[in-house]
Amino acid sequence: MKNKESHITGYPTYAYVLIILLALTTISVAATGYHLGAYTVALALLIASIKVATVISYFMHLRSESLFLKVAVSGVFLIFTLVIIITFFDYLFR
Amino acid sequence: MGGETYTSFLEYKGKYKGLLAWLLSTDHKRIGLMYFYVIAVFFFIAASLGVLMRTELIAPGQTIMGPQMYNGLFTVHGIIMIFIIVIPGLSVIFGNFFLPILIGARDVAFPKLNLFSFYLFLTGALLAVASQFAGQGPPDTGWSFYVPYSVESSTNVIFALTAAFILGFSSILTGINFIVTIHRMRAPGMSFMRMPLFPWSIYATAWIQVLATPIIGITLLMVIAERVFSIGFFDPALGGDPVLFQHLFWIYSHPAVYIMILPAMGVVTEIFPTFSQKPVFGYTAIAVSSLTIAFIGYFVWGHHMFTSGTSYFSRLFFSLLTFLVAVPSAIKVFNWVATLYGGSIDLKPPLLYAVAFIFLFMIGGLTGLIQGALATNIQVHDTSFVVAHFHYIIFGGMGFAAFAGIHYWFPKMFGRMYHIRFANIAWGIIFTGFNLFYFPQLVIGMQGMPRRYFDYLPQFNTGQFISTIGAYIMVTGLVMMLINLMYASRKGAPAPANPWKGVTLEWQIPSPPPLENFDVIPEIKRRPYFFGENEPDKS
Repeated sequence: MKNKESHITGYPTYAYVLIILLALTTISVAATGYHLGAYTVALALLIASIKVATVISYFMHLRSESLFLKVAVSGVFLIFTLVIIITFFDYLFR
Repeated sequence: MGGETYTSFLEYKGKYKGLLAWLLSTDHKRIGLMYFYVIAVFFFIAASLGVLMRTELIAPGQTIMGPQMYNGLFTVHGIIMIFIIVIPGLSVIFGNFFLPILIGARDVAFPKLNLFSFYLFLTGALLAVASQFAGQGPPDTGWSFYVPYSVESSTNVIFALTAAFILGFSSILTGINFIVTIHRMRAPGMSFMRMPLFPWSIYATAWIQVLATPIIGITLLMVIAERVFSIGFFDPALGGDPVLFQHLFWIYSHPAVYIMILPAMGVVTEIFPTFSQKPVFGYTAIAVSSLTIAFIGYFVWGHHMFTSGTSYFSRLFFSLLTFLVAVPSAIKVFNWVATLYGGSIDLKPPLLYAVAFIFLFMIGGLTGLIQGALATNIQVHDTSFVVAHFHYIIFGGMGFAAFAGIHYWFPKMFGRMYHIRFANIAWGIIFTGFNLFYFPQLVIGMQGMPRRYFDYLPQFNTGQFISTIGAYIMVTGLVMMLINLMYASRKGAPAPANPWKGVTLEWQIPSPPPLENFDVIPEIKRRPYFFGENEPDKS
């Protein structure tokens, strides 16, 4: 863990992040109006992943943490991404 | 601290007295022992159910019970053994007791959370038992709760699902606790590559607990929601997909096999260097292979579904990865054998159990490859071959490693020695009974004996008979082991601090350990398993 100073983030940054999250939510809702077939879920998951990454980076301060922790958390996301992709392979090729 | 007078964690009197001093203790060692007692009781309950099933199968036709009772028994046996004993078992007993000591810490990172995890575990365990008696009778779905039957069955499925859900929460919290403990509380100088290999295995296990368990939690809730609210997750008539349940269930439950076996591998990895009095061979390879098994283990779940109608591409993919996961497992086996090679072997009970672990785990692993191959999988699918393979891995692997661990660390945990010769005899009886019990099931499984049937064709009678006799022999050995350990825990000779001449940190403190383990936190200057000043320091 780095020193405490690196954890200080200004309120404007949090406000921008909040706006980005709200915008992504709006896009997520709007996307359900389009018939994209199997890609609907993929798009929803992509948007959700961006939102999660943003929350973890800024609100949970991962960007201020050590490289080791960043790699560990990224590994978690890699595993979940692969699990979802592999499950979809079954459905796409069945 | 050697010859000084001290108060051990067993004798320590804090804020509370008597039973409360245990029930409300946040000391990692007391919590570890409480898990041990609860799990031991459940083990003998579930083993008794297994003996009843074996007795039913001693001859064709109905012997002592009907089919519905048999279905209930194998479900209850499976739920208790899997969710209460083998998934949490080694991690919560030896992980709680020895992880902080082995890394030079006074306790886990979150002691109160640790106690909370224990009570969640206890709640889940009691609920699982209650599901056998309340309402509509024991659940009869098998421990895997496959839909559509688990949605349709009129038995106490919701009880059992809720129990598994709560047990899962306990597992997640324990995993978080151990990860933080290892990251934040290692003694000064103990880098990851200077950490003993049991904590390495607990570390890999904890990551699986944290990452995979929520998936089974959600899945079980989805089954409850479908039963109660008719939400169509899995029922095709409602727009659901039953194969989705199998995906979700095995996405957790296959990694869960590694939750079971990785700590077992960690336990025997501690035992081999001590009883051959030489450093573990291939420290880095064993440490990295734990993480590799944990990582690849996430992506092999589909091999449980080769006959479920999944896509051919998917089956090829899962078959390939199943063969891949055998590689890091084999790396460990080669390193254990190499550790023993040329060592000063001392065939005490812990080593006997550990060597038996290798033998039985190898049979379990190799029969696993037969099922990992797409063609032979279809031949042995849902036969007693699978039952035997599973028990060779889980009982022969995790079970024997648990016995190895308890015989290894018993002097440290209780401060007393058990009768070595009696333990050796019990080991011989258990090992013989085990193989008589399960090996015939591999053979009759190949010949087509289906699993989960209370009756069978006369041609399978010889194998079933031998198997049942083997079960009786094995249980005799288990009872002998239990008597030996129970007697020793109260009347055994006082144990010295280091009865096995071990070199890891737990052997540097008194038996049983004091409340906070160390007067002064040790400073670590080299890798573990350093048996002599003349050996080269490779750290």
